[in-house]
Amino acid sequence: MKSFDYAAPRSLAEALRLLSFHPRARLLAGGTDILVQMRAGRIDTDFLLDTKGIPELNELKSADGLTIGAAVPCFRIHEDSRVRSKYPALSDVAGLIGGTQIQSRATFGGNVCNAAPSADATPILIAQGATCRIIGTGGQRTVPIELFCTAPGKNVLKQGEILISFHIPAKSKTTGAQYLRFIPRNEMDIAVVGAGVEVALENGVVQSARIALSAVAPVPLFVPAAGDSMVGKAPSAEVIAEAAAIARDAATPISDMRGTVEYRRHLCAVLTRRALEAAIVRAGGKN
Amino acid sequence: MSTPTYSVLGTRPIRHDGADKVTGRAIYGADVHLTGMLHGAVLRSPHAHARILRIDTVKAAALPGVKAVITAADFPQGPDRIVDLGEGDTPLSYIRGNVLAIGKVLYRGHAVAAVAATNAHIAEQAAGLIQVEYEVLPCVLTAPDAMREDAPILHEDLETTELGKKSGKVSNVAVHFRHVLGNSEEAFAQADVVVERTFDTATVHQGYIEPHNATALWNEDGRIHVWCSTQGSFVVRDVTACILDVPVQRVRVTPTEIGGGFGGKIPVYIEPVAAMLSKKTGRPVKVLMSRREVFEGTGPTPGSHMTVKMGVDKTGRMIAAQASLAYEAGAYPGAMVGPGGMCVFASYNIANVTIDGYDVVVNKPSTAAYRAPGATNAAFATETVVDEIAEKLGMDPMELRLMNAAKEGTRRADGPKYRRICCVEVIEAMKNHPHYSAPLEGPNRGRGVAVGFWFNAALPSSCTISVNADGSVNLVEGSTDIGGTRTSIAMQAAEVLGIAVERVNPTVVDTDSVGFTGVTGGSRTTFATGYAAYEAAQDVVRQMKERVAKIWEVEASAVNFEKGAFSAGEKSMTFAELSEKLGSTGGPVVGRGAVNPRSAGGSFSGAIADVEVDPETGRVSVLRFTSIQDAGKAIHPSYVEGQMQGGSAQGIGWALNEEYYMSPDGGMMNSSLLDYRMPTALDLPMIDTCIVEVANPNHPFGVRGVGEANIVPPPAALANAIYRAAGVRMNRLPMKPSAIMEAIWAKGN
Repeated sequence: MKSFDYAAPRSLAEALRLLSFHPRARLLAGGTDILVQMRAGRIDTDFLLDTKGIPELNELKSADGLTIGAAVPCFRIHEDSRVRSKYPALSDVAGLIGGTQIQSRATFGGNVCNAAPSADATPILIAQGATCRIIGTGGQRTVPIELFCTAPGKNVLKQGEILISFHIPAKSKTTGAQYLRFIPRNEMDIAVVGAGVEVALENGVVQSARIALSAVAPVPLFVPAAGDSMVGKAPSAEVIAEAAAIARDAATPISDMRGTVEYRRHLCAVLTRRALEAAIVRAGGKN
Repeated sequence: MSTPTYSVLGTRPIRHDGADKVTGRAIYGADVHLTGMLHGAVLRSPHAHARILRIDTVKAAALPGVKAVITAADFPQGPDRIVDLGEGDTPLSYIRGNVLAIGKVLYRGHAVAAVAATNAHIAEQAAGLIQVEYEVLPCVLTAPDAMREDAPILHEDLETTELGKKSGKVSNVAVHFRHVLGNSEEAFAQADVVVERTFDTATVHQGYIEPHNATALWNEDGRIHVWCSTQGSFVVRDVTACILDVPVQRVRVTPTEIGGGFGGKIPVYIEPVAAMLSKKTGRPVKVLMSRREVFEGTGPTPGSHMTVKMGVDKTGRMIAAQASLAYEAGAYPGAMVGPGGMCVFASYNIANVTIDGYDVVVNKPSTAAYRAPGATNAAFATETVVDEIAEKLGMDPMELRLMNAAKEGTRRADGPKYRRICCVEVIEAMKNHPHYSAPLEGPNRGRGVAVGFWFNAALPSSCTISVNADGSVNLVEGSTDIGGTRTSIAMQAAEVLGIAVERVNPTVVDTDSVGFTGVTGGSRTTFATGYAAYEAAQDVVRQMKERVAKIWEVEASAVNFEKGAFSAGEKSMTFAELSEKLGSTGGPVVGRGAVNPRSAGGSFSGAIADVEVDPETGRVSVLRFTSIQDAGKAIHPSYVEGQMQGGSAQGIGWALNEEYYMSPDGGMMNSSLLDYRMPTALDLPMIDTCIVEVANPNHPFGVRGVGEANIVPPPAALANAIYRAAGVRMNRLPMKPSAIMEAIWAKGN
C-alpha cells in the first residue's frame, strides 16, 4: 500500500474546499471497501477525505420520511427503534452487511457509492423510493437512487461532489418491504442474487410495488415493469409469480464463481417471489 | 486384559499455553522483530504456464529503500538428489524450483523473484518493478485433461513411472501404480449387484488462519537462524540447508507458535528466500505471505477424478472392487494418490481388489498434505457407491458396512494385514448412537452416513525431562504445538512420574536444543512425542530409584515406584521429597526419550449427518452432525473432541462450498477468504462427538492419533444425506447450491 494524505473536515464547506485542491481525492465513509481496495492496488489515490466528521452526513432522522446521512454507520440504522418500526427492511439490511465489527464502520453511503452490482443496500433503497442528496461547489442536486450507479464501480458523482444523504418518503401503514439475498453461507458473503421489494396495499389491492435486484446486471437493477404488473390486483400467488417472472426476465447476469447465468436467473424469480410474500405480510396483507 | 486406571490420562486440564494465547502474548512468526530487520516481498507469476525469457531487476533495485533483489540464479544449483520433506521423499530440484522458479513458471502464483527493503510497502512496490519477460504456454488444469496425449507438457524431463518401471515416455503422469488382490474381474462376474460411478473433486486448501511467514538472519560467521511457522522445524532446517547448500549444523530453526497447518505447513517456501535476502543484505529479513499468496502460492490438496466399482452378492457381502484414481499433483509430482489408493477400500474386507493410481501434474500450485491427504477424495467415491449398493439391496447402510468391516487380519490390496483395529467398533458405535435412530421429520431432509480410515504416521521424536528441586519437571520437546500437544505430551510424562500435569513445564524448543523430531503431522504428536515423553519419564524414574537406593542403602531393584511415591519395605518417599535431595545424591536428574515407532496403528472414523436441502435454491443446511472416532486412549478428551470437530468442519466445507475456482487460463478467481467460502461458525451445527477407545498395541498407553481420520467421512456422509433429502446423487465436490440445483433440474428432465 502506498502512502497517502488524509483529512477529516468538520464541515461541508471545508470538505468541498479540500476536494477542490485535490483532484485525485477519494471519499472515505466507513472505509470498509476503499481501504481494502487500496491495499489490493485496485484504487490509486494520494488523498483520502474522511467524511465521518461532517454533521450533515451523520444525520439519522425520521421526520417527513427518513433521512439517512451518507456516513451513518450501519449499526445505528440497524438499532434505531424508529427505523425498526417504520422501515424494518432497511434495519434488516443494515444488520446484513458484514459482521458486527464491519457494521460499526460501514455505511449505506459507502455501499451505494462503491457501486458494486452486488451491493445489499442499493436494491432495498430503490424499492423504498430513496433519493440521493448531492452537493458540489455548484450547489445541491437530487438524484433518484435507481439512477445513481452507472457501471460497476462507477456512479453519478462528479469530481468534487459529495453524497450527503438518502431520503426515503413516508410510508402508509399498509406498506411492507423486504430484501432477501442468496448466499451459500449464512453470513460473511457476497450476494449471488439479491431482491429488494416494496408493496403498498390499499383495501387488499396493490396500490404500488417496486422491485429491484442485485448482482444480475452491471448496476443494481430496478425493474419497474415487475412492480407495475401487480398494481390494481389482489396479491395472489399468480400475481406474485408473474411479477417474479418479469423480474427474472429483466436480469442480465454473468456466469462467475458465485453462480451461472441460468442459476442466477432462476434465483431472481425465487427471491423476488419470497421477498414479495414477506413484504405483503409486513403490509398487513394475507398471503 | 484389564483396563488400566490412570490418574492424569483422560482428564481435561487447562493447557499450558492457554494464558499466553488468550492474552495475545504468544509469539507467532509475524511477531518476530529483530534489530535492523528488513522486510521481504515475493514477485509471483501472473501466468499459469510460461517460459521465463528474461528477468530485469534494475528498476526494482534502484528504488530508494531497496536493499536486495534475488532470483533463482542467486541460489546454488548443485546436482539433484532426494530429500525427505517430512512425510516423504522428494527430489530437491522440485523443492528448489517451487521456492523460486527456474526457467519456467508452472502455475499462477509461482514465486519468481524476491526483494528486501526497509519496509513492507517499499518491498511490495519494488517487487512490482521487477520486469519479467514471459513466453506464455498453454496450460492444463485437470487430471483428465493433463493425461490426454496432446496435453501441454509441464516437465520436459518427466518420464512416467509405469507400474514401478521407467517407461521412457514423457508425459504429465509422473506415476501409474496398481495394487491387486485376488481377481476382481472374475469376482465381478459372480456379483449380484454391481455399482460403478465416476467422481470429481475440486482442489481445496487447508485454510489455516495464519499465513506463512519466515524471518531469517544469516550471521557473519555463516550461521543461519530461521524463525517461522512450521509443522516441522527439523524439516525446515534440513530442506533450507539443502537449498542453500550448507551443512545442517549451520542452520538453526526456531518454530514460533502456529496458527494452524493441517499438513500445509510442512513444505518450505519462503524460509530459504528470507535467508538468501539476509545473506545479500547482512541484515535479518522477514517475509510474510498475504492470504492471496497462501491460496495461490502454497500447496492445496489435490483435485481428483475417480472411478469406483464395487460388487456384492445378494446377502450384501462385498466380493469385488476396483478403483481408478487420478489425482492432480499440481506443478510438481507428488499428489497424495498413494495414500488415496491405500485408503480407498481400507474400511472393508474384500478378497478381490484392483486399484490403479495416477499422479498427474497440472498447472496449479504444487499440492501439499491436508489432513488424511488423499483419503477424503477416495472415501467420497467409495462411501457413495456403498450407499447406493445398500439402497439397491434394500439394506440398512450401517448393516452393510458392519457386515463387511475390516478387522484384525484383514489384508488390504496394497499389502499389509491389519493388526488390532477398530473399524467394527466405530461402526457399532455409529449404529448405537442416538443420532442414528433419532427421528428426522420434515420435508427435504435426509440423513447420511459414511466411514473412513487414515493410517497415521509414526516417525522419530525426542524429549528430555529434567527434575527441579521442588518436584516439578521441565519437559523439552520439538513438536510444534497445534492441537494442545504440549499438554497431551506433558500428561503422559505426569502419568509416569505420578505428579500433577501442572507440575510439568513443557517447552517447544529450536532445532539446536532437542533431538530430531519429525513433523507435527500424520496425527503423530500425541502418539510419538508422547511416547518419547513416556520413555524420558521412565528414564527419570530409573535414575530416581537409584538415588533412593543410595539414600536407603538398598538395591535399586528393590525400590518400588507407584502413584508418585518410592518405597522399599517400610520406607517411603514422594517424588517431591526425593527431588530436594538430588543435589546431595549425585547431581541433577535428566531423563531422555528418543523413539522411532515401527508403526502408528491407524484410526477409523465415522460421520452421521442430517441435512435439509432448499429445493428451490439447492442450498444445504447441516442440521445435525456427529463424528465418531477411535482414539485408542483419549489422553485429553477435550482435545480429541476438538480434533473431531475441526476435521468435521473442514470436511463439511470441502463437501459443500470450498473449491479453487479457476479461470480457463489458470488463474484462481476466488483467492480470498470471502470468496473461498469456508464454513463459518454460523454455517455449522454444534458437532457431536463420540470417542471410541480400542487400545493401540503400538503405544504404551494405547494412543492412536486422532488428527486426521475425522475429515475422511464427512463429504460422503453429506452426499448420502443430500440424496435422501433431494433425490439427487452428487458425484462432484463441492456440492454447492448451483450444482445441486442443476442436478435437481437434470432429474426433472
